Order: sequence, then C-alpha cells, then structure tokens
Amino acid sequence: MRNLSLIIKREFNSRVRNKSFVVMTILSPLIFVGMIFLVAYLSSLNNEEIRSVAVLDNSGFFENTLEDSDNIIFKKLEDIDLDSAKIISEEGDYHGLLFIPESNDISTLDQNVEFYVKGSPSVSVVQYIEKSLNATITNLKLERDGVDLLKIEASKSYVDLKIENYKGEQTSKMSSWIKAIFGGIAGYLLMMFIIIYGNMVMRSVIEEKTNRIIEIIISSVKPYHLMMGKIMGTSLAGITQFLIWVVLGSILMLVATTVFGVNIEPSSMPNQEMMDTANNSAMQAIIYDIARLPIATLIFSFLIYFIGGYFLYSSIYAAIGAAVDNETDTQQFMLPIIIPLMLAMYVGFFAVIENPHGTIAVIFSHIPLTSPIVMLMRIPFGVPWWEILISMLLLFATFAFVVWFAAKIYRVGILMYGKKPTYKELYKWLKY
Amino acid sequence: MSNILVADQVTKNYGKFTALNAISIEVPAGSIFGLLGPNGAGKTTFIRIINQITMPDSGKVFLDGEALQPHHIQQIGYLPEERGLYKSMKVGEQTLYLAQLKGLSKAQAKERLKYWFDRLNIGDWWDKKIEELSKGMAQKVQFIVTVLHQPKLLIFDEPFSGFDPVNANLIKDEILELRKQGATIIFSTHRMESVEELCDHIALIHNSNKVLDGKVSDIKRTYKSNTYEVGLICNDKETLKTELSDKFEISTANFKTLEDELKINIKIDQKSSPNELLNFLTSKAEINHFVEVIPSVNDIFIQTVSKK
Repeated sequence: MRNLSLIIKREFNSRVRNKSFVVMTILSPLIFVGMIFLVAYLSSLNNEEIRSVAVLDNSGFFENTLEDSDNIIFKKLEDIDLDSAKIISEEGDYHGLLFIPESNDISTLDQNVEFYVKGSPSVSVVQYIEKSLNATITNLKLERDGVDLLKIEASKSYVDLKIENYKGEQTSKMSSWIKAIFGGIAGYLLMMFIIIYGNMVMRSVIEEKTNRIIEIIISSVKPYHLMMGKIMGTSLAGITQFLIWVVLGSILMLVATTVFGVNIEPSSMPNQEMMDTANNSAMQAIIYDIARLPIATLIFSFLIYFIGGYFLYSSIYAAIGAAVDNETDTQQFMLPIIIPLMLAMYVGFFAVIENPHGTIAVIFSHIPLTSPIVMLMRIPFGVPWWEILISMLLLFATFAFVVWFAAKIYRVGILMYGKKPTYKELYKWLKY
Repeated sequence: MSNILVADQVTKNYGKFTALNAISIEVPAGSIFGLLGPNGAGKTTFIRIINQITMPDSGKVFLDGEALQPHHIQQIGYLPEERGLYKSMKVGEQTLYLAQLKGLSKAQAKERLKYWFDRLNIGDWWDKKIEELSKGMAQKVQFIVTVLHQPKLLIFDEPFSGFDPVNANLIKDEILELRKQGATIIFSTHRMESVEELCDHIALIHNSNKVLDGKVSDIKRTYKSNTYEVGLICNDKETLKTELSDKFEISTANFKTLEDELKINIKIDQKSSPNELLNFLTSKAEINHFVEVIPSVNDIFIQTVSKK
C-alpha cells in the first residue's frame, strides 16, 4: 500500500508539474472565454458601421416606404437619369445604388428592381432591402385588389407556447436546447478527458519501457501496483483539472449573473414573474435555464463517470503501452478504443438529443464502453436515479474485469522488447 | 559456509519454449558468484525469478532458508542489464523515490544518498535532470540506487558496461568493499576477465540447462590437462621437437619472451610428475620458461558451450 501511494504521488506530480498541464488547465478556459468576447466584439464592430444606399425611384411607388434601419440609411436621388445616378453613387460615399425603373404595373415590378454595388454587397444590406421592397410591393398588390390592410394587420397572431412539465415547472423552448448543449459539452469533455488522460497513461508506460527503468521499478513493486498507481495518479491529475475548471466556470457564471442581473435562486422568485422578465432578455432566459439544470448531479456524475470510464479505458491504454515499444506501433491497437468512443458520441448527438429517453439512448447509456458519454448527455434531461445507479454498477463491474485482463498483458508486455506483437500473441500472454 | 540463495529445480516455460529447465543452484553466503552463459541461455529469466518479477512454473527458491516471499525484495538489490532512469526527473527526487520503493523512510534515504553521493563524487548532481547526465554518470546513480537499501544479496547484470576504465575500477572496488561488509554478490557478465578477477564461484547456464557449477578453483582443477608451457633454448629446434613428440603429446605454444627459444606445450600423463618432465628437459636443453597451463574461465566457457 505504501508503494502504491508513492507511485500515485509520483505519477500525479509528474503530470501536474508538466508545463502543458498548467497551460491546458489555466489558459484554455481563459482562451475559450476570450475567444467568445473577441468574436462578439468583432461582430459588434461590424454592425456599428452605417451604410448609406442611394435610391433612384422612377416608379414613385416607394415614396415613403423605405425606412432607415440602425445600419442602413436610404438617400433619395431625384431628377437625374440612371447614368448620372450611377456616377454620383459610385464617387460618393455610398454602399450602392438601388434603382427602381419606371413602371405602372405592380405585378412586374418585383422582377425589375436593380442594385448597383461596388465589389460584393453586404448580405445583411441586401436582405434588408429585399425585405422592405417585398413588404411594400405586397401591400401595394393587396391595396390594388381592394383588401383592407388594417384588417390583415389585426388578424396576425403570434403563438408563444408556455411549456410546463407535469410538476408545474415552467420551461422555455430554449431550455431543451440548453439541456442538449450542456449534455453535449459534458459528454464531449468526458470523451476528451478519456482520450487525453488515457493517452498520458499509455505514453508513460511506453516511456518507462524505452527508458528501461521498468525493470528497476518492478524489482521493487508488483507490476499490478505500478499499473494501478499510474492510472490512479493520472486520474487524480484529471480530476484536479476538472475541478479547477468547475471553479473557474462558477466564477464566470457568477460574473455573468451579476452583469445581466438574474437571480439564480429559483425559489426566491415566482416562476411566472421570472418568465415575464425573462421574455425581456434572451440572455436572462438562457442564464435562468442554465441555473435550473441539475448542475450538481451533472458535476457529480461527471466525476463518477470520468473515474469509471477513464479507469476502464486507461487500463486498456496501459496494456497497449506495455505491448509496444514506441508510440507509432500503437495505431493498430487504437481501434478498440476509438470505435466505442465515437459510437457513443454519435449516439449522443443523434439519438439522445432527438429522444433522450428512447430505446437506443437508454440501451447505450447502460453498455459500459459507451455509458459514461451517453448517460452524461441524458442527465440534463432528467434520468431516474436507479437508472444511473445500474449503469454505474455495470461500468465498475466491467472495469474490474478489464483491469484484471489488462494487468496480465501489462505484466508480460513491459519486459518484452523488439517485435511488435499481434493480437494472437497478446492472447498467448494472458496464459504466461 | 551456509548458502544465502538456493534454487531447487526451477523451471520456467514461455508457451512451448523452455527458458529454464530444472535449474538448481546454490550461492554461498559472502561469495561473489558468477552466473555465466551465452546470450539467450536463460540467465535473465533466472535473475527475474530471484527478484520475483517472474514466477517459476515449478521449483522453489529459498533466500536465507526461507521460501521467497514479497518482503524479501527489500533484501535484494538488482542492477538489470537493461537499465535506465526517468529522463525528466531530477536525480535527487528520483533516487529518493526509488529508495522509498525499497522500503527506506524518506529521512533514512536522504541520509544514505548523501553519503553515497559524496563517496562517488557526485554530490552536486542532486538537482540535475537525468537527461543532462552522460550514460556513465547515469550508471553511477543506478549503482547507488541498487546498493542503497543495504541488501544482503546484490545482483549485478553486466555492471561495468558503459563505464570508462577509471569508473569501472571505482565500481569494482565498491563491489569488493560491499562483499567485505557481508553482502553476497551474484554477477552476470560476458566479460570473462572480470569473472576471472572477481568470482570465487560460478554457474554456467546453456540452452536453459545448468551445465557447470562450483568453486572456480575446483572447476579449473577438473579442466586442467597436466599440460606445461615450456621455453627451451637449444641449437637444433626441429630435432628436439621430434624427440619430444616421440615421448609426449606436444603442441605449439604462444607466449612472449626476449629470446628466440623453442616454445612448446607438453602434456604428460596423470602418473608422471612435473619434476620428471623437468629432469628430462634439463638433460636436453636450457629451460627459461616452465608454467603449468591452467584453463581460464574463458577457455572453460568456450569449451563447455561449444561441446554441448
């Protein structure tokens, strides 16, 4: 036991003291947040630009119907022909020239409007102009046919379903998406953790082999202890990283809620009132929905499924590391790891988001190789505790079996040098 | 003299391949024991079984009269042939870690490390990383790690590879010093001159079987053939040679001298004594060289291995 804790300590230290670990842990959330702010800032810069559009209306239908928007100002040119209008708009500070030809027939008008522009036009400008013209022409056609525009306006309706579950908790349309996004992020993060930390275990096994320190160490400790110590020490580094991210994430959440002024205590604010205020701001609604997710369950399950899933996969990684001499030889053994992980991600993104409690989602959230990812994606949608428990028990039972199996390959593999083994040889090693 | 290590009918198979076939070896306490054999003979497998890295399929190993148990690991120091250290770890940190794995407390390990670092003149390496050290320097660190927990039984597999002559000598002296302090040393090497110099017992493993073992002097006695290397100063070498070949079994000898004499190996039969040979030779020519040919460990090794 003393040796196991010594090994765990060494493995943990060698992971955590690694420069790339520090960079990954501290910098990547900052970079992530920074990127969001940068993108937001850049797109706001873009929107602030005001474009003026010259209009030459020879039909006279659009006298008062072209309204300026926040970014587009229409300037009417009068009493000049198209050629001089083109020159004026091209030389002047205009984004483009909107030309409406002389016409008496509204029916053909929509085919003949032209927009002259330097280079390529801004998509938002074109869309805005098309929208304004469409509205005007539609209204003109309706008027021509004797339809009362006021009645049409009055008859328009805007349905906004108030979604509520049977327990009386209100949700919004947004909340399903937020659940899917959070489940997706959690599942994806878990997959990345398994791959990154599993790879670390594998590389560290290969390192000990190529360094030839392995024989010195296993003349002091049992190979099984070395393998388990390595897996545990590395998992502690992973958990440390995750917890740092949770802390950083909570700080960010706190900042976000203060900035947008949302009270995240659902009990302190009546739901109806909440929904009313939420209607005012999409951001508030999003933060409200995030706050109502089973965050604690999600974090707790993340840790449990990380430990189970990571132990399961990293013992396979350790066995692979022991079987080969260098990293390039690992490719042929990677398939059994990558396929279930990818399958879990696809099931997660296609089956779970479409139907979180459908047969496929439920089955895959119980199969040990895929359950960590699929179940994590289901949890934001609410999964009964006993289902989680069964899936975790299955996961840990499989893990115990796989570790036993991996330890056998590991024990033989670490002392084998030279030829890279085949699956058949690995099977033989089990009997040594 | 009691035996510190006894292997009794140790057998190990890897699939259909037999790595060790019922090997029985006794290592006397306080000896320097040479474990010899060509490449792939099974030496490393045997050493790994002593270190409980691999388990034998059948047979037993006793350390100090007790069947091997996990706690015996702390009484054995093993320097493997294929050895290395963590490249990016500092020397001090790394040696402390390895010493603690052998059961030393941190304080104890630190104190002994300081003693050994000073002794081998590497005191200022504590904060260096292994990747900054040369191969020979790293070997010194490995040597310290092997002996630090003061094991009763030390196993060195090719201990001198990678050392320059000065450091090889330093390590050799340290090994002799450890023996003087009571440790038993098992020594596996292909360098026969160091076996000749250091070992007092040897065992030879060939094709998974033990083919020879015992005290070096006893083995040499059984392998010697009553042959004498003789240098004779005379006028007519060819006549003398013919005369000798009528009486004895002779062959040409090679040794270096200052004169241009007849150099010859003469084998006498078991019943006659070297004095009789000397008497005969003095009547024929002037003797300036007379030595009994004692087979070297190298000769015995080659003879045994190529015979089988």
